[in-house]
Amino acid sequence: MEQRNILKERRNSIAVGGKGDGSGFACEKQSVSGAVSQRACVYCGARVVLNPITDAYHIVHGPIGCASYTWDIRGSLSSGSDLYRNSFSTDLRETDIVFGGAKKLTAAIDELMETADPRPKLIFVYATCIVGVIGDDIEAVCRMTEEKYGIRAIPVKAPGFSGTKSQGYQLACNAILELMRPHIPQPESEPVTAPAGEPVATGGTAGVESASHATGGAAGVPETAGKPALVAGVGSASPAGGGAAGMAVAPGKRFGINILGDYNLAGEMWIIKGYMAAVGIPVIATITGDSSYDKLIQAPTASLNIVQCAGSAVYLAESMEAEMGIPYVKVSFFGVEDTCASIVRVADALGDPDVSARARAFVKERSAQVMPIIERFRPKLEGKKAAIFVGGGYKAISLIRQFNELGMRTVVVGTQTGKKDEYEVIGSIVQPDTIILDDANPAELEQFMLEKEADILVGGVKERPLAYKLGIAFCDHNHERKAPLAGFEGIDNFVREINASINSPVWRYLDKNIEKAKAAGAA
Amino acid sequence: MLDLTRKEVLERKALRINPCKICQPVGAMYCALGVERCMPHSHGSQGCCSYHRTVLSRHFKEPAIAASSSFTEGTSVFGGRSNINTAVKNIFDIYNPDIIAVHTTCLSETIGDDLGSYILDMDIPDGKLVVHCNTPSYVGSHINGFFNMMMGFMNYLTKKSGTCNGKTAIFPGWVNPGDLREIKRLCAMMGVDIICFPDQSGVMDAPMTGKYEMYPNGGTSVAQIRALGDCAGVLGLGEITNVEPVQLLEKKWKVPGKLLKAPIGVRFTDEFLMELQHVSKQEVPSSLETERGQLVDLLLDSHAYTFQKKVALFGDPDTVEGLTSLCLEMGLTPKYVITGTPKEDFARNVNALFERYHAEGCVVKANADLFDLHQWIKNEPVDLLLGTTYGKQIAKAEDIPFVRAGFPVLDRYGHTLQPIVGYRGAIRMVEKITDALMTRLERDSSDEDFEIVL
Repeated sequence: MEQRNILKERRNSIAVGGKGDGSGFACEKQSVSGAVSQRACVYCGARVVLNPITDAYHIVHGPIGCASYTWDIRGSLSSGSDLYRNSFSTDLRETDIVFGGAKKLTAAIDELMETADPRPKLIFVYATCIVGVIGDDIEAVCRMTEEKYGIRAIPVKAPGFSGTKSQGYQLACNAILELMRPHIPQPESEPVTAPAGEPVATGGTAGVESASHATGGAAGVPETAGKPALVAGVGSASPAGGGAAGMAVAPGKRFGINILGDYNLAGEMWIIKGYMAAVGIPVIATITGDSSYDKLIQAPTASLNIVQCAGSAVYLAESMEAEMGIPYVKVSFFGVEDTCASIVRVADALGDPDVSARARAFVKERSAQVMPIIERFRPKLEGKKAAIFVGGGYKAISLIRQFNELGMRTVVVGTQTGKKDEYEVIGSIVQPDTIILDDANPAELEQFMLEKEADILVGGVKERPLAYKLGIAFCDHNHERKAPLAGFEGIDNFVREINASINSPVWRYLDKNIEKAKAAGAA
Repeated sequence: MLDLTRKEVLERKALRINPCKICQPVGAMYCALGVERCMPHSHGSQGCCSYHRTVLSRHFKEPAIAASSSFTEGTSVFGGRSNINTAVKNIFDIYNPDIIAVHTTCLSETIGDDLGSYILDMDIPDGKLVVHCNTPSYVGSHINGFFNMMMGFMNYLTKKSGTCNGKTAIFPGWVNPGDLREIKRLCAMMGVDIICFPDQSGVMDAPMTGKYEMYPNGGTSVAQIRALGDCAGVLGLGEITNVEPVQLLEKKWKVPGKLLKAPIGVRFTDEFLMELQHVSKQEVPSSLETERGQLVDLLLDSHAYTFQKKVALFGDPDTVEGLTSLCLEMGLTPKYVITGTPKEDFARNVNALFERYHAEGCVVKANADLFDLHQWIKNEPVDLLLGTTYGKQIAKAEDIPFVRAGFPVLDRYGHTLQPIVGYRGAIRMVEKITDALMTRLERDSSDEDFEIVL
């Protein structure tokens, strides 16, 4: 095989797995100029985290491109408002660049307040590259908007050049904190009682069923199941704290969790909420999948945060712990092993023995149900080789475990924004000869996938055509996944998707496979 | 779906809702992908390049390669000279293209990077080329970016040797590979020797071979671009996209130029073929006459189902103008016609079409957005929506049959392999449009009215 040169600056961002402790591995760095990087920018990071807030008006302050590209791209589903699926921007023109764009931004907000119905409660204003350079004071515009209209207007200063996508995640988290701060319960206040009509889910599997229905997994789903609002409100309202026999809920808090770092792609948040309902854990706010202004401002009253996508939301969890006294646990709902462990970990963290017991029974029952699916497909997939290229390190870890469950080997693993500690974990669970890449570019991906003879690539939109061109199967584990890949339902979908792509008849028509088949026939 | 949209139309001056355009750099990138062994390069932040590649990948279902200068905080203060120098060196070292086509972004434009002088001072390996164009995102739309990149290539590369090469330059405008193949087929059938610039066929519709080629076999070669100055004439297909590139060849190298409509529908294709005939002095071959006859026959067969049905069209100016003409030929009423690109010539051209066919009560607007369009539809509905994928929300909200055409189409497969230009392209569009209308007719008909034969 033709060996391509690897950029000198990139040599420390490539490792052969299993060896060493990850020290000296270069990650969390800026991309190299001239590399065909798969990475996006600060603005993109901020935008993807905040976009799923369904009833917010997201105004992109800049030339039209940044608004066009992020218009309804995430595949985050909503059970309520669909405002976030519109694209709002100031569409800056040359004169605005010369004379400043703040006036146009103010005018745009005025027009929005004049025309929009429902009347905005929450506006996010994103500053793009050029606004960072011409120096529009979007903070002042937001402050004036808040005063004039009595609504929340939160600036997100996210010029693309000011760092990496991770910094964008952090900016988004800061914006969410900004939104929550006025609603932090004071230390002297009593444990919060759930408001009347505010359903706090308890026990039962109804929630789970609704969740799977809502995501359209099963055939014969009743008409109403398309509206997933039911998931949140399964079961009868119970007084806050009442779910916890003997568990002390801190003053100002209530028994319940926030789910951080899940964006409700293909309805995955609804699946997780369903599990929480099944084991009797109320969900107070979801951040940010399927979230709304009213729910988000209740988040400070939760007694625990659980963090699904660590890359985007650990910073938020840490800040909420510091400012609001809410501890957090990291979870991952991808794969049997991690899904089961996560449900139990969340239950245990809440300190209610009943909930813990229910969680254990629940995961036992559900994992038993899903095992036959894995067993059924395992013979078709066993021994196949997988390449992984995803955004964050934590997801990569879950995927490696999931492939292990299927008897598959991970031969290449890369992330766009993985952290050092995550690369250490990756190094410890892959084969000794697995290639580990940070911020890989197509040339590297190609070289290593071919060298390692990967059968399937798990990645995002820009990797799909590359994989196909190389004659390698593909599974989208990013914004374009159309079936939920989280939870037990997700295991079913994931295994089916992997199987469908690896074992599609289309591969028979590839020249290289025709030759292989001929060679095999002749032998 | 789109619950925000209300009937009452309030004039907006500052707020853009649901745009019908993208920014210049993506146009420059698509243009550069139509040059052989070319690496498009985005001189700006990492995100720009990533977004452009993503939207191109989603439309063409192909890898779209491009590199970025990956600006940092420091770059935005000290300028992007060292970024572009490093980038060019890295690109030639690793990806080995023949030519790098640099375009700017809003950021590099505003901090005042002078790419012309940076490139002049650069160490460029022998036999390799670097060209650039300015694509400020806050001017025009992706269409401007497309033609600005064309002019970038031509400013750097075109020459006049003094001997005319006898070829005709064809500027196809922003079209799909399927259209490019059709345009080239028509030229060959008419016996016209052409240089098509740019030409993404082969690059953005590369066949499956089991091998990934960073530079698939296709694109206008550097030698061909150089030879544009020696051409006997230039035809710009699409008056809005090509006005400036055609002028450039005329002014710089005295190549006589002519602007034509994008050859969509009967009349605009006729005009294109007559122009080709004028060049080659050849008769229109009977096989092309047959294609035209088949198209007219199809229009006649289906006219009862299309007559005075109202259609709303949106997308890029030249494409939309061509499709409007085809719709009028089908007897449809183009009730609303918009483009997001701020070019007033568009409104003038489409109004001329309305007059020609005595279409009354129709509205055309440039620099418009899909929120405008949706509000108009709420006030007076249409029977069909024709445009890019971004119309699908309106189609769902208002329950209108929807036919996809233009850029971008992000949610269907195979469309970029097929033409909308030429008689064949028109036959394809007429089939799609009548299918959509008749499927709706059947969906809405009662059991008593539901018939086998239509």
